Amino acid sequence: MTAVTGAAVDAGAPGAGPDDLVALAGRVAGWARSGEDLEVYVARGDETDIRAYSGEIESLTSATSAGVGIRVVVDHRLGFAWAGSLERAVLEETLAEARDNAAYATPDEHVRLAEPDGVAAVPVDLWDDALASVPTTDKVALALELEARARNADPRIRQVDHADYGDGSVEVALVSTTGISSSSRKTSGYISVGAIAGDGEASQTGSGFSVGRGFAGLDPDRAVSDAVTRAVRMLGAAKGPSGRSTVVFDRRVASTLLSVVSSALSGEAVAKGRSFFAGRIGEQVGDPGLTLVDDPTDPRAYGAAAYDAEGLACRRNVLVDRGVLRGFLYDTVSGSRAGVSSTGSAVRGGFAGTPGPGCRALTLAAGPEGYDEDGVLAAVGEGLFVQSMTGVHSGVNPVSGDFSVGAEGLMIREGRLAEPVREITVASTLQRILQALVAVGADVEWLPGIAAGQTLAVGDMQVSGT
Amino acid sequence: MIDTPVLERVLAEALRHGGEFAEVFAEDRSTSSAVLDDGRVEELSSGRERGAGIRVVSGDTTGFAHTADLTESGLLRAAEAASAVARSGGGGAGTVAMGPLRTSDTGASGSGDDRPSRVTLASKGDSLDLLRRADEAARAADGAITQVQAGCGGSRRRVLIANSEGLYARDEQARTRFSVSCVASGDTGLQTGFETAARTLGFELFDEVSVEELAQLASARAVSKLSARPAPSGELPVVLAGGSGGILFHEACGHGLEADHIVKDASVYTGMVGQQVASPLVTLVDDGTVGSEWGTFAVDDEGRPAQRNVLIDRGVLTDYLWDYLRARKEGRVSSGNGRRQTYQHLPMVRMTNTFLLPGTEDADEIVAQTPKGVYVAKLGGGQVNTTTGDFVFGTTEAYLIEGGRITEPLRDANLIGNGPEILKRIDAVATDFAMTPGTCGKDGQSVPVGCGQATMRLSGVTIGGTAE
Repeated sequence: MTAVTGAAVDAGAPGAGPDDLVALAGRVAGWARSGEDLEVYVARGDETDIRAYSGEIESLTSATSAGVGIRVVVDHRLGFAWAGSLERAVLEETLAEARDNAAYATPDEHVRLAEPDGVAAVPVDLWDDALASVPTTDKVALALELEARARNADPRIRQVDHADYGDGSVEVALVSTTGISSSSRKTSGYISVGAIAGDGEASQTGSGFSVGRGFAGLDPDRAVSDAVTRAVRMLGAAKGPSGRSTVVFDRRVASTLLSVVSSALSGEAVAKGRSFFAGRIGEQVGDPGLTLVDDPTDPRAYGAAAYDAEGLACRRNVLVDRGVLRGFLYDTVSGSRAGVSSTGSAVRGGFAGTPGPGCRALTLAAGPEGYDEDGVLAAVGEGLFVQSMTGVHSGVNPVSGDFSVGAEGLMIREGRLAEPVREITVASTLQRILQALVAVGADVEWLPGIAAGQTLAVGDMQVSGT
Repeated sequence: MIDTPVLERVLAEALRHGGEFAEVFAEDRSTSSAVLDDGRVEELSSGRERGAGIRVVSGDTTGFAHTADLTESGLLRAAEAASAVARSGGGGAGTVAMGPLRTSDTGASGSGDDRPSRVTLASKGDSLDLLRRADEAARAADGAITQVQAGCGGSRRRVLIANSEGLYARDEQARTRFSVSCVASGDTGLQTGFETAARTLGFELFDEVSVEELAQLASARAVSKLSARPAPSGELPVVLAGGSGGILFHEACGHGLEADHIVKDASVYTGMVGQQVASPLVTLVDDGTVGSEWGTFAVDDEGRPAQRNVLIDRGVLTDYLWDYLRARKEGRVSSGNGRRQTYQHLPMVRMTNTFLLPGTEDADEIVAQTPKGVYVAKLGGGQVNTTTGDFVFGTTEAYLIEGGRITEPLRDANLIGNGPEILKRIDAVATDFAMTPGTCGKDGQSVPVGCGQATMRLSGVTIGGTAE
């Protein structure tokens, strides 16, 4: 990872970076009629995506895109419209459509746009100037190298089904009639590879990747070795046994698990009775070893940001402290509903989405032992190590807490990884998982997504297999 | 959207520096949605996106560029970019002579650009009325319902595809979706129920669908799970209700039959055409032409008419699903399965409506002849690893079967199996066929699909519950 730390820089600070976008958003916000509030979100981005296969470039995409999302609030009614263009006629049409939509909404005293709350943004530098000058030929060469190295890494690798390079840059500006004016910009780069290992008839798969803020620092060694190790160690996997077991979640899997828990910490889900955490502030919801924090101001985090999706400063929010539920994540509307201020936690899926509360950079406090993966395995002794998890969207319910996922991985025997197992499920409830935490690794890795990866051991899970 | 002479000039520009194939895919898409949540109409949203994606195939390399600028100069710039990236990808410098476009519409539903749309989208006022009716029906159905969210969304998508082989096709696709999601609370905590109706139709969807019925189904599903016991753990026979579990075939073999996985030897079904891969009760079809189902269209996103493809015939694998590129490599034609999420995406092999043909048995009889097992009334989503064939699919309404009778409700769980093994364990198929809509995600792109089957039984599947 090429996370940038240290000195404050002006990228991401208001007025810096995408000046023309701020000016454009400001002009559109200026079209507001009396009695109406407008919020204008404009975004512009570039991307390059390259896929290598069998020594050739299979596809190469190069594109720029831009768009706008406008929220209108009139008489406590909200309307939204978006468009994939920044042409003046389109902007006018989009505003008219948002106004029309507002007329149909139910008036709601809590509906309002964000207003400056005096919290200063912590600058985070997410922009790599060097990315723009990397020639396409270098990116092509990296994709080809990734594919070739995965293919030749081990005689048991019989196919590399994808080897991808991708990068992008995005600039965003947000201006409202309620006094918000913010902008940010960021670049990103990734490589990803999928390896297939073969052993007679049976095949097994493994994937690996490396992410960063640009081209430099992407680590093909790491991506290839992850993909190859994961595929090869699964060779010979059989269906595992059923029973109660301690389960160790690999860092990537643990990151997914945390992301799922985070949807139950949304202030909106709580306000609407869609979270098993509703009404439990101050209660012991987890093991005393469980401390959960969302901190987008940590520049190492993949989801680091200076501003949230309503233009308020992002901040550190403690959600669970030593097992006690301390808080939820709020945007302006859900905060108002709960009688609290926004926690600067609005997120949105680009210009076509509306903001709602969510995590950006969730981590667990590491256990006092400072374990890495081997340390957790040794501490657990006997159990199941899960290296990949499937069916999270179909088998984990953040409202009821029911948890059932497909898994593959390796048995843990005498504190070490042993034989591979596949076609099994791991089940519990999210409530029980938080209580049954056995170990939290100190091996924090900022993976792409909203939660860090760190090895996690959970006791008393039901494993279904043979 | 774009005049024919302009298309011809853009295609010529795309191939000016070499390449064997060029294509323009233009799209004009409008979407609208309304959400009622917590008793309030919270959000009406509309969106509009138009643009074109241009690809140039040179040797084994595809160059792709897209633009929101549909003027001739915007398209020419995109063509130049696609050509340049195809070359920087190292593609060969083959050339191709280009003839004029055949200006007949391939799409059965192709409508003129300037004529009014034939599609009636839901008016905002009408959608709100439907949302309120659904909210009331869900809350009235049971006092344990504490939260209701109802959503109504529509989209209209006009596409135009022209390529250097002279293909010219247009289509207009309207889709409408209505969903209800309920939360029930009781002593055991919270439970959820969900139901959706979605068709390739405009507002006419509601001539066929009762929003009250959807709301009652979602509500009953949430309430019944309040008294549910944990799902069993381990292997048991499973009966899937008609229309509940087409997702089984989508995951167990549909994805594994997509030619992009096959040509990379990344599917358990590679090299198995002509072999018995499933029980003789299995005849599996992928058909993009079925009525107004969610995965239906006139032409695919490469301009190829939708068609009916038999994938498995009485247990024997007959063919895979193909798009233009993978078919061309094998010297055959596309099966009409080249699809993309928007003009900003490259097309790839995708399913349309994938279903098991009905059998001959009586659905109730299948349950009666199952001494112990699980009855799945509704499945949620699923996921597959096409290389190993291992797949999961989740229940959202399930019951125990004891002594040939459906008894207690079960909490949600995933089921796990291996495609080729599970397909051989189908030992009964009934006549009560039904389809369900779904959204299929692959490689970062989502497209609407249909799934279907009649009541059927699997002689054994691993159920991932928490009960020991």
